[in-house]
Amino acid sequence: MNEFERSRVREARILKIEQETPTVKTFELGVSLDAVPGQFVMVWLPRVAEKPFTLIKTGNTIAIAVKKRGGFTEKLFQLNEGSYLGIRGPYGKGFSWGGVKKVCVVAGGIGIAALVRLAEELAKSKVSVDFIAGFRTKSEVLFKERIENVANLHIITEDGSFGTKGICSDVLMDFLKKNEYDKLYCCGPELMMVKVLKLCKKFNLKAEFAVERYMKCAVGLCGQCCLDEWLVCRDGPVFSSEQLLKSKEFGKFYYTKSGKKVAIQ
Amino acid sequence: MQHLKEATPCFLNLFIFIFGWVFLPSLETELCNVSLKNPLILASGVLGLSKNNLLRAQRGGAGAVTIKSVSLEERSGHETPNIAFFEAGMLNAFGYCNPGIEEALKEFSDLSCFEVPVIASCTASNASDFAKLVEALDKLDFAAIELPLSCPHTPGYGLLAGQGTPEATKEIVEACRKKTKKPLLVKINASLPRIGEIALAAEKAGANAITCSNTLGPGMVIDINSTKPVLAFKVGGVSGPAIRPIVVRSVYDLYKRIKIPIIGLGGVLRGEHVIELLMAGASCVGIGTAIALRGHNVFEKCCDEMLAWMKKHGYKSIGELIGLAHE
Repeated sequence: MNEFERSRVREARILKIEQETPTVKTFELGVSLDAVPGQFVMVWLPRVAEKPFTLIKTGNTIAIAVKKRGGFTEKLFQLNEGSYLGIRGPYGKGFSWGGVKKVCVVAGGIGIAALVRLAEELAKSKVSVDFIAGFRTKSEVLFKERIENVANLHIITEDGSFGTKGICSDVLMDFLKKNEYDKLYCCGPELMMVKVLKLCKKFNLKAEFAVERYMKCAVGLCGQCCLDEWLVCRDGPVFSSEQLLKSKEFGKFYYTKSGKKVAIQ
Repeated sequence: MQHLKEATPCFLNLFIFIFGWVFLPSLETELCNVSLKNPLILASGVLGLSKNNLLRAQRGGAGAVTIKSVSLEERSGHETPNIAFFEAGMLNAFGYCNPGIEEALKEFSDLSCFEVPVIASCTASNASDFAKLVEALDKLDFAAIELPLSCPHTPGYGLLAGQGTPEATKEIVEACRKKTKKPLLVKINASLPRIGEIALAAEKAGANAITCSNTLGPGMVIDINSTKPVLAFKVGGVSGPAIRPIVVRSVYDLYKRIKIPIIGLGGVLRGEHVIELLMAGASCVGIGTAIALRGHNVFEKCCDEMLAWMKKHGYKSIGELIGLAHE
């Protein structure tokens, strides 16, 4: 099967919808697919748009976690079980965990979606996982049980309504002082990832980050999702700390739908 | 003795150099007096949004690279899906998304990081806007400027603005010719029945080369499970191996009609396909869609395949291959 065949749209009807938090729903889709944690699929809602999503479940069926934040996700929130979605993929480079024994995972908000399968795979490989998950508030806490099953979960909320009050990077500092890790994995808002990257550098810790950019083709053609010379769709979305430390655009610039370069606020 | 030690590797290098020069084929060529290390050009619309994008193609072995076509104003383009696949290629309808000429002039103001020629590309709805863009692009260090008069999927531009006629081609190329001394490459569409006349009109109006072809069609892919066209714009330009025979025939026909060089573009995946287009009459060959299949170093891979084929069949230069199918 060549790349053209592989990238054809596949039917992925919605089997099950669950309201996980006031702003997050998970959708189980009726399509069989294998993917490395960190890889993504393009999800197409006919007559609306097509956007990239990480997978929180693979196998005979797949699942995505959707945070309501714009036109496309609002439309997804209106769908019912049985509604049609198309997918293509999986695409991109996922996380790697060869040779690690003890790791730290840091998730910010909906970024946890890219890390939940990773934590489960790490546990299967008998890796000890400290999982720091930051949310705005108690009602936004996501995947608590799933992660508690496979990792030492430490929840942080910005307003202190659940777990430790604070932000991920502060709590991470304590964890890094007290523990020796082989690797760190992170996904969250980019400015939070920048802080985590700086800490990794300070503690000389190797890390992998799942990065997001405005994406169109997902096959490395349109150049829309570029991060320096890399394309997030093909060379990412998972990048190593070595790569990101060299980056001139990580945490600083992204490209809008037209391709205009703008600063990350 | 010391003398000899130093001299030996030097002799060896010289020997390898002479051996290579005499026996190994070369991919070096030229287009409109611009020398290229190989005849493979990154097609416009693919990557080309930023210098970083183009550097990636340079690193992947491209002989020249083309920026994504810029328009006077910023354009967001069509909604996603912008791309739809079928078993022998794909359709795209990005709708000329680009940040506009002002941003492009900033992005491409310094091209000193490039070892290969960088070709500009611009798009507009009428001849006077084309001329404004060419005038602006002329001030930068681009090796040539491409005029795509043939996009099949953007209202107000290319074929959907009636630019695919000899008359419109003449008007636009003449207006642009007055604004630059750089080579002008006119990109036409092999879907049209009158490509010979269009190419002749471009040549007479002062074009320096013809790029054949833009994506064909437009075409449509319907997802039968949802009963809807996949592309948000419903139709899009067809590329990939499915269109290669049409492009080969079009280049073959144009080679007989016009004197200016032709850049063959469409459906090239491998070095052998490049050679096929050269034999049809192309001087250079564009690559785009193949990146999706073979990665960003597809240029390097095609070069290796070309060299292997040329070596096996006793060809030493690109020049020997151009138009060979006509003999």
